[in-house]
Order: sequence, then structure tokens, then C-alpha cells
Amino acid sequence: MKKNQSQEEFIKGVWRDNPVFVQVLGMCPMLAVTNSAVNAIAMGMATFFVLVGSSFLVSTFRHVIPKQVRISCFIIIIATFVTIADYTLLALVPAVHKELGAFIPLIVANCLILGRQEAFASKHPTKLAVLDAMGMASGFLLALLSLGAIREILGDGALFGVKLFGENFEPWVIMILPPGGFLTLGVILLFFNWFKFKKDEFLEDVAAAERSEG
Amino acid sequence: MTVPKDTSTPSSLRLVLTLAIAGLVSGVAIIGIYESTLPTITANKARELREAVFKVLPGVSQMQALVYRDGQLVAVEKPDKDEPVVYGGYDEQAEFVGYAMPAAGPGFQDTIGILYGYQPGKKIVVGMEVLESRETPGLGDKIYKDAAFVGGFSALSVVPEIVAVKKGTKSQPNEIDAITGATISSKAVVRIINETHANWSAQLSAPGSEPQLEAKEKTGTEAEQ
Repeated sequence: MKKNQSQEEFIKGVWRDNPVFVQVLGMCPMLAVTNSAVNAIAMGMATFFVLVGSSFLVSTFRHVIPKQVRISCFIIIIATFVTIADYTLLALVPAVHKELGAFIPLIVANCLILGRQEAFASKHPTKLAVLDAMGMASGFLLALLSLGAIREILGDGALFGVKLFGENFEPWVIMILPPGGFLTLGVILLFFNWFKFKKDEFLEDVAAAERSEG
Repeated sequence: MTVPKDTSTPSSLRLVLTLAIAGLVSGVAIIGIYESTLPTITANKARELREAVFKVLPGVSQMQALVYRDGQLVAVEKPDKDEPVVYGGYDEQAEFVGYAMPAAGPGFQDTIGILYGYQPGKKIVVGMEVLESRETPGLGDKIYKDAAFVGGFSALSVVPEIVAVKKGTKSQPNEIDAITGATISSKAVVRIINETHANWSAQLSAPGSEPQLEAKEKTGTEAEQ
């Protein structure tokens, strides 16, 4: 039971409650920095670090933080981790930092992160909170990466900077421009909703079949 | 709505203390990360600048920062904040080769920051590197991705001034082919160079009397850092 619950907390963020495709949170970085797979991964890793770190601290100190000032405390914690991520990226990978620009400091305002603190980390033991954060952050990373990869392949004919097609490939430039983000995200959301619809339909069919048999 | 298990209101002092301690710890953490990454960050920036200078001035292996003070160019270790600066490039024998001129101006979307190499003797631009730009990916970003455009700055006369012409119609030494689909961005680069050149041309030393490379810089421009 215990083990299942831990697994469940991790898996739900990656798939069933995927922060982007299901909860539709964190749209700002989602649309802004997914014009290449590398940027998407850097953003995803930074968010992963911030979310897991914040969830750990918030959950550890959940009995110490008075509820009246909890949001301010969460924001202080999140902002600290974001600053750490910001300087670390600037020191280690200046080129990526330049590309992401203002969107790293803006992780503070990513409602996915504050949302997890308020909805989960502040109410659950540390271990579960960290697992939940890891799951959600992995789901976010996965979503960023799929969007970034699709947009880079279509808009630049490359993946991780490696050209996939020959010289004659005419890049679909709009895909790496902002409208491309909306188009791609829209299509992916359509797929997820279609998938959910089909799944519900299937489950109903199964239930109906079981009823008629029994 | 969520957290509370005890319904009693904590004292104001406790609230203030909690936030104060959180702020203090956060401040210490931020100062720590700032201090520990600062050397790497400044070293990165200095290295980037040096690589850019060497790129826009072929044949250069040493450099020093120059500022205009009291009517002449002088070498400085560290320019004052906001003081306009150019970089003098020197070859192995410490002979002056040319200036690397930082320049910036409005592009299509945001400020374009460039560095260009200038040889005052021949009055030509010998190289151009875009340091900073938010031009449209796929279109305006050709100002640094299009090798033909960047290469066009390898021997470009600034007399009377650089002119961007329609692609394929370059006929004069002061003309450069603009990029099809990125006309505004490529003209912006040309305008930035022209403006910077006009601003600096009176202040640069006469050809032949450029500031000497200062000895302490010879080891590799550590002073830049």
C-alpha cells in the first residue's frame, strides 16, 4: 500500500495529471521557450530543480509556517531556488541562459510550482511531497521537450541542433515563432482530450458488456 | 482553507519572525550563490568578448581596452561604468592591427548589439559579430546565421558610409548585399555601424599613432577580467 502510494504520487504527475497537457498550467514558459529542444530541456531542468527543492522545504517546514503567511513563505522559498538556478545556468551554460533570458526569473511566477506547494507539499509528509514534485516536474519536462522537439523539427529541420533533413528542406519557420507554439500545443491538447474521450468511451463499453453478461 | 489544523491565531510577532527568518535565510543563500558563481560568470563574459574581438579582427592575438580621455585614446585596465570603450587589437609582435568597436542600436524587435573590426589605415570594416539580438528566428536572425552576409563585412569600406543594397547588386567597396527577408535587420546592422563610426571617427587616433600595447597586457589580457 505504502509503496503503491509513492508510485502513484510520482506517476500521476507524469501522465494522468500532467501539469501541462491535463491541468494546463505553466503556459508562459511552455509557449515561450519551446522553440528548440535544448531550450525546452534547460527550462524543464530548472523548473524540476525549483519545484523539487521548494516542495522539500515547504513540506519539511509545513508545521512551522503559520497559515496566515504561508503564501509569502512559499514565494520566498521558490524565489530563492529560482535565483540559484538562474546564477548556476549563467555560470555553467551562458549560451542557454541567453536564449532563455527573462523566462528563468519568471519561473517564480509559474503557477505550477506555487500550486503544488499549496495543494500538496504543505499538506503531505516530505517523502510524498518530493515524489509528487518529481512527478509533476518530470511531466512538465516531458511536455516541454515534446513541444520543443516538434517545433524544432518542423521549424528548423533539426533536433538538438543536428540537421535531420537534407539541404532541400524548407523550414516551416512559423513553428519556431510564437504562433507555432500555440498551434503545436493546441494539437497536442486535442490529442489528449481525444484520448481521454476514447478511454472513457471504452470503459463504458466494458462496463456495459459486463452488465449484459452478468 | 487547507493547512490549518489549529484554529488559534498565531501572534503577530510569530508571523513577523517567520517571514524575517525566511527572508534572512533566503538572502544568505542568494548572496552565497552570487559570490560563488561571480568569478565564473565574469570570466565567461571576458572570454566571450576576447573571442569576439579576435574574430572580428583577423590576425589579432592580444587586445586592450581603450577609452577616450582628455582628447586622446588611452589604454585602461577597467573602463568606468557607462564609459564608451573600444578595443585595440594587436598581433604577436604587439603591432597595432585595428579596433574592435562595440556598437548597439534598434533592430527589428529589440536592441542589436554588435562588435565590428575596423582598420583605420585602410578605412575598412574587416569583420562583424552579433553579440546580442532578439531578431525573428528564421528571418532576422540571418544577420548572424547567414554566412554570406557576415562574410560581406570582411573588407567593407566606410567611405563615405556603408550602404546596404538589394541582394546581388553590390558593385562598390562600400556596398553590402542586404538579406532577402531580413531587410530591416540587415539595414539596422549597417546603420548601427555607420552611426558608431561617425561618433568615434574623430576620437580615434590618427593612423600610425595608435596607443601602444601596454606591457602588462602581454600575458593574455588578464586585466580584462
